Amino acid sequence: MLQKQTSRWVNLGFQFLAILVALAFTTLLLVLSGAPPIQAYKELILGAFGSIDNVSNVLIAWAPLLITTAGLLVTFAAGLWNIGIEGQITLGAIFTTWVLRSFENSSLSPTMIIILSIVAGMFGGMLWASLVGVLKTFGGVNEIFGGLGLNFIASTLVLYLIYGPWRRPGVASLSGTEIFPNRLWLPSISNLGISPWAFALGILGILIIYFFLRGTYIGLKLKAIGKNIRSAHTLGIPTWQYMMLSFMICGLFAGLTGALQVTNVYHRLLPYITSGYGFLGLLVAMLINYQAIWVAPITLFYVALNVGSVQLPIALKLDSNLSGVLQGFLVLFVLLMEGVRQKLTRKV
Amino acid sequence: MNKNLLWRSFAMLIVATFLVTACAPAATSTPAPTVAPTSAPAPTTAPTTAPTSAAAPTTAPTSGAAPTAAPTAAPTPTVAVAPTVAATGAASGTPITIGEILVGPHNDTGWSQATYEGLQYVQSKLPGTKLIYIDNAFNYQGTTPAQLAEQLLAQGANVIVFNSDSFMDDSNTFAAAHPTIPVIMLSGDQNWAEGQDYKNIPNMIDIMGQMEYMKEIAGCAAALTTQTGKIGFLGPLINPETRRLASSAFLGAEYCWTKVLNKNASDLSFDVTWIGNWFNVPGQTLDPTQVADQFFNSGHDVVISGIDTTEALQEAKKMTDNGMKVFAIPYDYHAACDVAPSVCLGVPYFNWGPALLTNIKAIQDGTWKPHFEWNPPDWAHFNNPDYGAVGFNEGPALTAANKATLDKFISDLAGGLDLWTGPITLQDGTVYVQAGVAATPQQIWYLPQLLKGMTGASK
Repeated sequence: MLQKQTSRWVNLGFQFLAILVALAFTTLLLVLSGAPPIQAYKELILGAFGSIDNVSNVLIAWAPLLITTAGLLVTFAAGLWNIGIEGQITLGAIFTTWVLRSFENSSLSPTMIIILSIVAGMFGGMLWASLVGVLKTFGGVNEIFGGLGLNFIASTLVLYLIYGPWRRPGVASLSGTEIFPNRLWLPSISNLGISPWAFALGILGILIIYFFLRGTYIGLKLKAIGKNIRSAHTLGIPTWQYMMLSFMICGLFAGLTGALQVTNVYHRLLPYITSGYGFLGLLVAMLINYQAIWVAPITLFYVALNVGSVQLPIALKLDSNLSGVLQGFLVLFVLLMEGVRQKLTRKV
Repeated sequence: MNKNLLWRSFAMLIVATFLVTACAPAATSTPAPTVAPTSAPAPTTAPTTAPTSAAAPTTAPTSGAAPTAAPTAAPTPTVAVAPTVAATGAASGTPITIGEILVGPHNDTGWSQATYEGLQYVQSKLPGTKLIYIDNAFNYQGTTPAQLAEQLLAQGANVIVFNSDSFMDDSNTFAAAHPTIPVIMLSGDQNWAEGQDYKNIPNMIDIMGQMEYMKEIAGCAAALTTQTGKIGFLGPLINPETRRLASSAFLGAEYCWTKVLNKNASDLSFDVTWIGNWFNVPGQTLDPTQVADQFFNSGHDVVISGIDTTEALQEAKKMTDNGMKVFAIPYDYHAACDVAPSVCLGVPYFNWGPALLTNIKAIQDGTWKPHFEWNPPDWAHFNNPDYGAVGFNEGPALTAANKATLDKFISDLAGGLDLWTGPITLQDGTVYVQAGVAATPQQIWYLPQLLKGMTGASK
């Protein structure tokens, strides 16, 4: 018992160390590029939390990343690398746009149209994810390669739609489809853009995943598969069916992300509609070692970095991608420290 | 265990990829020598809204175009005052901090740099004015241009300038969410009372220059120079603005080909290829370098660029170095020819400074009103940075004889020659402007198709 507690403290210590090292490296990079590090960090924080607008912008970006990361925990639980998440978000956005376009001039109430479009988006994401599952199960294609391929197809599809059938009248431009009228935006707090609905969906999403993985029979079976697929199979768990299920659940969440990107953030379909949240979600999931309890705070931290880093080019003429460097360093060093810890504790 | 190792190494790979992409330079930009540092970092605690001055009196709706002093033909300068007047604006004499959102890099030797230097011009004429900016606005994943503008407010900006048609929706969203902040939208038409997309936004000013004339000059220079009779137009995305500018270049080319050189109209090809955006976005647009190469390799010996960046010029230089005799005409920025002077026939450019100065001054004085302006060249002070909205700098590659001819053409334009006079026929054969009739500003601005005689997609 005592030993277990000690090792827990050691764990925390290593993680803390990892964060320090990541910060140190980022600081070093700042110094090397001739920027005052303290002011850079200050600008980052102000950019994220310095005004109501900025806080609201952080929260707007939080919901999609939160939902994507929550979904990814399900595939990770089953030991699957759902690299195809970006494509699934894209398909979600496409399906949502499709419904919004189709019913824009119908007699349905805007609320109904929005709900329909979000459901359609979830379905679209699920469909694309199940393709990855089918390729893996019946085609023997590893989900990483299947996912990459489907990502590529999804982004080609989105470009085709934007330049082709869904282009604005008389316009062919990368700047996306025509913006939807206000009534088809997810209702938001006036002038701020943050929608309580998106926020609630995000919280709800992570709660569902938390309890699903922790307390349900299916969740436990998925974990069993993730831990050791052979013994899970021997124990009588229908492995491929469960893996398929995990893809579908993750796709559902990815589709919801895409739906929110359309209904709450951009209000139209754009080539980069995913905002890279799929890959960022993978990064966060690795950082938190796939523990649902950490998803909300860490995704919040990551989007705060994203939003806050806009101040770096304004105030210090620095590249805003520096926040991406910090985000990457964090994951890198946490994983590295984990490896170091395992090595050290094994020897002792 | 083995599998675990595999995962871990894959995770590392992903992280490494992230790092590489994160560390990569944001966008391809040609470094320009002329860019001065803008301003010291503004105090970050500045209030986000400008002090609101006393409400300006509401003017009665002025319907018509109030022509400002302009000597010549269509497109006539159209300054329409929107019916409602914003009850806003920085109080008289308040120091102005301009926040600009740019679609490309601020040093792109093209569109974005021209707008940025226009604001630097304002800064030089209005001491105490600060200028902050965010360029490459579409590189901020997950953050909309309207949200980026809010970051500028957080740094104390009290006037926001959006520099591209790509920000049309975002400028609307931003203006609605921040009714006390004057918003300047370059190339926009949302506040053109006689326009097709009139939104009557109380805190917005639309500014555009009558580039049509300068594109006509570019087209003429191309027609005078071409030996093969084949001119390529490297187009950005397709919209009314790009259609009318490509078509203006064609009108200039056709005029000089037939009326000056007395050649057969049917012997001139004018081919348009659109890349899909104002500049290259790898994987999402056609690559302008390749498009320019294709033009040159298929017998086009002059390429007129309609995009924000200078690929056409660079490729012409490369081809010339390899023994071809080809030329290009860049766009937007007065010094764009410097990229490759030996193949540059000239550059039609925007001179944003004067119009921006007038408007920022009015904002500072609290006398500004929401409106739309489409400003003409100042022929009497041609290419003088203190006058006029557009200009044309002739390039070193223009021969002496052609330069003389082109100068004559320019003086004809100054004297009232109007190429947007009928008969003007659209690509599908529809007569758009009857013979002898001058096209209205709306007909020019909202040109629905390319013109007859041009090849390329119209929509």
